[in-house]
Amino acid sequence: MSGLKIDPGLVERLLVNFLREEVGHTGFSKALLGLSGGVDSAVVAALAAQAFGPKNVLAVLMPYRTSDPNSAGHGKLLVDALGLESRTVDISGMADGYLASAKVEHRLRRGNVMARCRMIVLYDLSVEWNGLVLGTSNKTEILLGYSTQWGDAASALNPIGDLYKDQIYQLARHLKVPEAILGKAPSADLFPGQTDESELGFTYAEADRLLYLMVDERMRESELVERGFAPDFIRKIAARIAATQFKRVPPIIAKLSHRTINQDFRYLRDWGR
Amino acid sequence: MDCRVTLLQTNPTLGNLAANLRDHVERIHAAIAAGSQLVVFPELSLTGYFLKDQTVDLALPIGAKELQELAALSKDISIVVGFVERSKDGRIYNATAFLEDGKVLAVHRKVHLVTYGMFDEQREFAAGEEFRPIDSKLGRFGILICEDAWHVSSGYLHFLHNVDVMLVPSNSPGRGVGGGGPELESRRTWNTLVEAHGRFFQTWIVYVNRVGWEDGVLFSGGTRVVDPFGEVAATLEGFDIGSLQCRLDSNTLERARVVTPLRRDAKPWILAEGLARDLSKDQDA
Repeated sequence: MSGLKIDPGLVERLLVNFLREEVGHTGFSKALLGLSGGVDSAVVAALAAQAFGPKNVLAVLMPYRTSDPNSAGHGKLLVDALGLESRTVDISGMADGYLASAKVEHRLRRGNVMARCRMIVLYDLSVEWNGLVLGTSNKTEILLGYSTQWGDAASALNPIGDLYKDQIYQLARHLKVPEAILGKAPSADLFPGQTDESELGFTYAEADRLLYLMVDERMRESELVERGFAPDFIRKIAARIAATQFKRVPPIIAKLSHRTINQDFRYLRDWGR
Repeated sequence: MDCRVTLLQTNPTLGNLAANLRDHVERIHAAIAAGSQLVVFPELSLTGYFLKDQTVDLALPIGAKELQELAALSKDISIVVGFVERSKDGRIYNATAFLEDGKVLAVHRKVHLVTYGMFDEQREFAAGEEFRPIDSKLGRFGILICEDAWHVSSGYLHFLHNVDVMLVPSNSPGRGVGGGGPELESRRTWNTLVEAHGRFFQTWIVYVNRVGWEDGVLFSGGTRVVDPFGEVAATLEGFDIGSLQCRLDSNTLERARVVTPLRRDAKPWILAEGLARDLSKDQDA
C-alpha cells in the first residue's frame, strides 16, 4: 500500500521539530510519557529524546500487579538504549484501593481504572518534572476509539496521532527501536494474554489499509468493495469510527449565551504564543 | 530593473502584533545593512495565520501606527508585509502592503480566500476584487497572496500587465507524507506551481512562505526565487527561520522573452471573447 508508505527520515524531522516548538510555545523545555514497553511509546520516547535531550525526558513505567513482566523489561531496555531519565510507579496500590473497595470485576472497567490511574500519575509527575505529558496514541487506535478516554488518550500534545500503526512501525525501525519491542504483538496489557488484534477482531494491517482509503482518500463503499474489502468489515469499521467520535472531541457544552466556548469563542491553544 | 531582494522566511507569534512588529523592524534593518533594496515578508506576517476570533482585534487601518512605523523604514528599503486590514467601510481583508519612500504605495487584498479542508478564510475575511500592477521605483510588481497563485487567471492578469516580478507571500501548511517521498507533497506542489508561473508568465517569482507551528500545523517554508525561464535561482531548504538574498534583473527577463516571446504572442482578446461568450452559458447551466 503505497499511500501508507512514509519517508521515515522526513517524518522524524517534522515530529522532532513539532515537539520542540509546540512544547516550547507553552514555556516548557521538558516532557514526560508513560512507557508501556510497546512500539508507540517507544517511538514517542525516541523522538522526545532528540527534541529535548534524553535527560529532559522522563519515561514513567507504571506496572500493575498482573502486567506482563516483559512490558517493564522492554521499557527498561528502551530507557537504557536512549539514556532517558526514568521512574517506576507501581499502580497496584492505587488501583486496587478503588477496585477492591468498589468490588469491580468487569474487565473493561478494571482496564479503564488502570489507564486512568496511569494518567493521574503522569499529570502529577508533570508538576514535579516541570514538563508536558506526551501522548502515545496512533491514528489507527484514535479512529477506532481503542483507548480509554481521560486515560491513555489524555495528553498535552501527541506527535504520532496522525500516523497509522503500519507507519509507526516504519518510523520505529528507522529510529532503531529494539527488535524485542518491534517483534511482539501489540497489547494494552490490561489483563493477562490480551492482544489488540484479538480484542478488535481484525488485524492492524487490514484496519490500516481500510482506514487509509476510507479516511485519507475518502473512498466510497463501492470503491472499497472493488478493492477487495468485505462490505461487513467496511460497515463495522465505519460504525466504530462514528460511535467513538465522543472520544475525539472536547466535552460538548449546552449553548445558552451568544458566545459559547468552542462554538463562537474560537481560539487556538497557541493563542498569543 | 536591477534589484537586490531579501526574502524573509519568518515564524510570527500568533496574534502578538507588538512582538511581530519588533521582529519585522530588526529584520528590515538587517536587510538594509545587507544592501537589499526590497524585503518581502510572508502572508499575514504581522499576525500569524489561524487567528479565528483574534482576526477582528488585530485588523489595522492603513493609517495604523504599526504600518506607519514600517512605512517610515521604507525610505531606506522597499517593504512588502502581510497584515489584517480594516478598510474604511469596516470590512476585514487578508492584505499585503507594498511600502516605499515612507508611504504605503499599494495594498493587495487576497482575492481567492481558502475555505475548504483545514481552512476557513471566508469566515474571517472579505475577498479582494482585483489584481493590479504596482509601479515601484524598482520595477513593476504584481502580488499573489498564497491561494491567489492557484488560480492561473491571477498570474495571467499580471502577465498581461507586463509585471517584472510576481511576489507570492504565503502561509502554506505542510502536509502529505504518504507515498514515501523525501519531500512533503504540499511543498512539491508549490515548487511545481511557482516554477510553472516563472516559465509560462516569464517574470521573476518571489515566493515567501513562513515556517513554524500553530496548534500542530506546520507552515513548511520552501521560500524561493524562480527566474523568468522557470528555473530556481535561490532557495531555502529545511523548515527553519531564514533569510535569502537574490538579484532580480531586466536582462534575464528580456532574454527569456526573446527566446520564447509569449507575451508578444499572447491573444488576450480571444480569452475576452471566449469569456464573454462562455460565461453567459455558464450562468444558464
